[in-house]
Amino acid sequence: MQPTLTQYLLVGAVLFVAGVVCMATKRNGIGVLMGVELVLNGANINFVAFARYTPLGLDGQTISLFIIVLAAAEAAVALAIALNFYNNHLSIDVDRGDELKG
Amino acid sequence: MTGAQLLFWILALGACGGAIAVVIAQNVVRMAFWLIVSLGSVAGLFFQLHADFVGATQLLIYVGGTVVLLIFGVMLTASGPFLKIKTSTAELLLSAGIGGLVFVMLYTAVAGVDWNRAGADVIGAGRIPRDQFEEFVAGLEASDRERLESLYMLDESTDDPVYRLPPGRLSASDRDFLVAAWNAQERLNRPPAAPEGGTARPIGLSLVGLRPDRDLGADADSRLSTGYLLPFEIISVHLLVVLIGAAYLARAKRRTDAGGAP
Amino acid sequence: MQPILAGVTIRSFLHDSVGLSPTWAAALAAFLHAFILINTFAVLPLVFIWAERKISGRIQDRLGPTRVGGRFGWLQGLADGLKLIQKEDLVPAAADGMLFRMAPYLACMAAFTAFMVLPFSDGWVAFESDIALFLLFGILSLEVLGIVLAGYSSGSKWALFGGMREAAQMVSYEIPLAIGALVPVVAVGTLSLVEIGRMQAGWIWNWLVFTNPFVFLAAIVYFTAATASCKRAPFDLAEAESELVAGFHTEYSGMRWSFFFMAEYAAMFLVSGVASILFLGAWHTGIGPLDAALESARISGRAADSFYWPGWLANLFGAAVFMTKGSLLVCVQIWIRWTLPRLRIDQVMMTCLKYLLPMTCVLFLGAVLWPLAMTQLTGRTQLFTTPFGERIHPPTDADETALRDASPAAPESGAGSAPADTTSSLVIGHWSLDIGDSPPPPPPPPPAHLAQEGGFQ
Repeated sequence: MQPTLTQYLLVGAVLFVAGVVCMATKRNGIGVLMGVELVLNGANINFVAFARYTPLGLDGQTISLFIIVLAAAEAAVALAIALNFYNNHLSIDVDRGDELKG
Repeated sequence: MTGAQLLFWILALGACGGAIAVVIAQNVVRMAFWLIVSLGSVAGLFFQLHADFVGATQLLIYVGGTVVLLIFGVMLTASGPFLKIKTSTAELLLSAGIGGLVFVMLYTAVAGVDWNRAGADVIGAGRIPRDQFEEFVAGLEASDRERLESLYMLDESTDDPVYRLPPGRLSASDRDFLVAAWNAQERLNRPPAAPEGGTARPIGLSLVGLRPDRDLGADADSRLSTGYLLPFEIISVHLLVVLIGAAYLARAKRRTDAGGAP
Repeated sequence: MQPILAGVTIRSFLHDSVGLSPTWAAALAAFLHAFILINTFAVLPLVFIWAERKISGRIQDRLGPTRVGGRFGWLQGLADGLKLIQKEDLVPAAADGMLFRMAPYLACMAAFTAFMVLPFSDGWVAFESDIALFLLFGILSLEVLGIVLAGYSSGSKWALFGGMREAAQMVSYEIPLAIGALVPVVAVGTLSLVEIGRMQAGWIWNWLVFTNPFVFLAAIVYFTAATASCKRAPFDLAEAESELVAGFHTEYSGMRWSFFFMAEYAAMFLVSGVASILFLGAWHTGIGPLDAALESARISGRAADSFYWPGWLANLFGAAVFMTKGSLLVCVQIWIRWTLPRLRIDQVMMTCLKYLLPMTCVLFLGAVLWPLAMTQLTGRTQLFTTPFGERIHPPTDADETALRDASPAAPESGAGSAPADTTSSLVIGHWSLDIGDSPPPPPPPPPAHLAQEGGFQ
């Protein structure tokens, strides 16, 4: 008896919601980035679970490989932006970024 | 509870508990630690779903690369007063409430679908024209034919009578039986399975453009399935662009306090 | 769980003969494997600590430990361990309590878990998978996290600087390490360490390090990157006693410190073991007739239904050979440590990013193009004999004729006889694509009875 597809999808849902709440509530810029990672992982679990339990097959696993790679790339660029923000404002608090000028 | 289910619960607890701890923790370095726990458990779940290559990639790139990147970012931007930036309680409650609502929505959406039936529908086994059905059933053994005929019901309301799966939940064993039946037809011919979790070779070949899981059992005049060569090349260029862009963005500049241009 | 009693897995043995349920059989087999591995993981550092002190003593023209346990100080490691256990458990006041306590376990866990995919002999591996090498590097990359968290959570600036330098160094050196390890993988065609080991049976020129010059250079580059990734001198900025007190483990004492120590020595043995599998013939001795006899015993053992003593003994001998090779490479690392001076951090990073990384890229490209060039020039993909040893699928007739044509032991098939009537079959794992005039293989027959398990694969 294996875990059903629904259980895996619920794990993915919990990760997704936790990531969204993290993105919404954290004032630390890096904390927001961690939320993004959680969201992408929730989606990944969904893809791989569907790859196993439905005729999606290998496509699901390949797509999740692409997601992992793209998430790493996006984290690198987002971190560079966060470092620039820190250099300009001397703070990583995202609430300080409320002016368009400068 | 079998061993597989116990293992699933442990890993699911790690993944979900780690994710919730990331949200709750106030110290950003502790958030990073709980993120490691969560992502490591997700890698374990991938292994349990027989996606060994994806699980190893998750460990290498996500946990061993992206989280290290985030920790570097924390070290470079965090000093005393910024380690714990507190959010106001009202915002926390509002976010928790909305998060709970989104989760309830996802739960009802996920639990309300009969995934077994959806899997059968995707391969076209949900609705079969009568002559096709009878031609296929004729070549089966008696017990299989009876079981297949018991699963379907004939719908003669339109001009072309079709065999449909009746409404109601489809059980897992029926789902497996249907898929095996339709796999045996030339619709989805698959070669002998790679050992459980032996996905490295099929994934590698699909990234070069071949699809051994679709093409090897097909007949000689069917078209080859498209592989993932184009996305693979696009991602290579994309990573190059990201490397150059991130290096340019993060180059050493004068630190100004009036927000001067670099 | 894989065959450790040749031909009979521990789990199936427990399930069939002893009569346990599948879950309990799997759990007990896993526990046995973990028990063996954790003992190996704990004993190896003791041996290597003693070896380091003796070798460093001799290099520095002194004797090293000579008192504990006899004339050669055999039990010095044990004495050190006992001393560390009874030390006071200090946690600095400025330290982040939870992270300070968790960091040594994180580093240790990474180094220990990677042992589960390391084969000690043919089939003697806790988790046999066809991506073993990839998984090993994935798990090893987690050690960085333990070190960074240790550096941060100690609450002292020496530790923080050491931790950051160390993280930068380890993360950077993972790239030439992985690409350098990929070069023999490209030459062989599989990521499975057991398969790579099986392919190097025979005489010493079957070892992968002699396959093509790119693999030879990749062995040297891999070993350099491995030494750096284990934070050993000349790359040991993280523990530079003269500069940073002790780097990231400044504030650690007693058993917590010894966890880092065990992780370091275990990682040294791990990368040395991987180097010996990838380049130096794994568990084979390199003496042709001896390896032929041992390999035939192992193959019979794998094919047998019940326990087959000669196969198990051949595997035991192979494990001893493997441990010897791994330990020799660790002694080479110790030797390098006490011979070369330490590099500065900018020299360390420059070595990685400006020298090793382009070198590994060029070597990878060369290793990929080598079979193409060789096929154009000589009609074979490799220069020397195709190493014997069982591949994933039993060799077909086309394979055997190609093997016979390529081996120099058949003098009548020199350069003149191009294999015209044997189709060159490209063998990819379970599925072989025939490029040639032979008809494609027939599609697999549908399952006889449709109500079988395993609808989706």
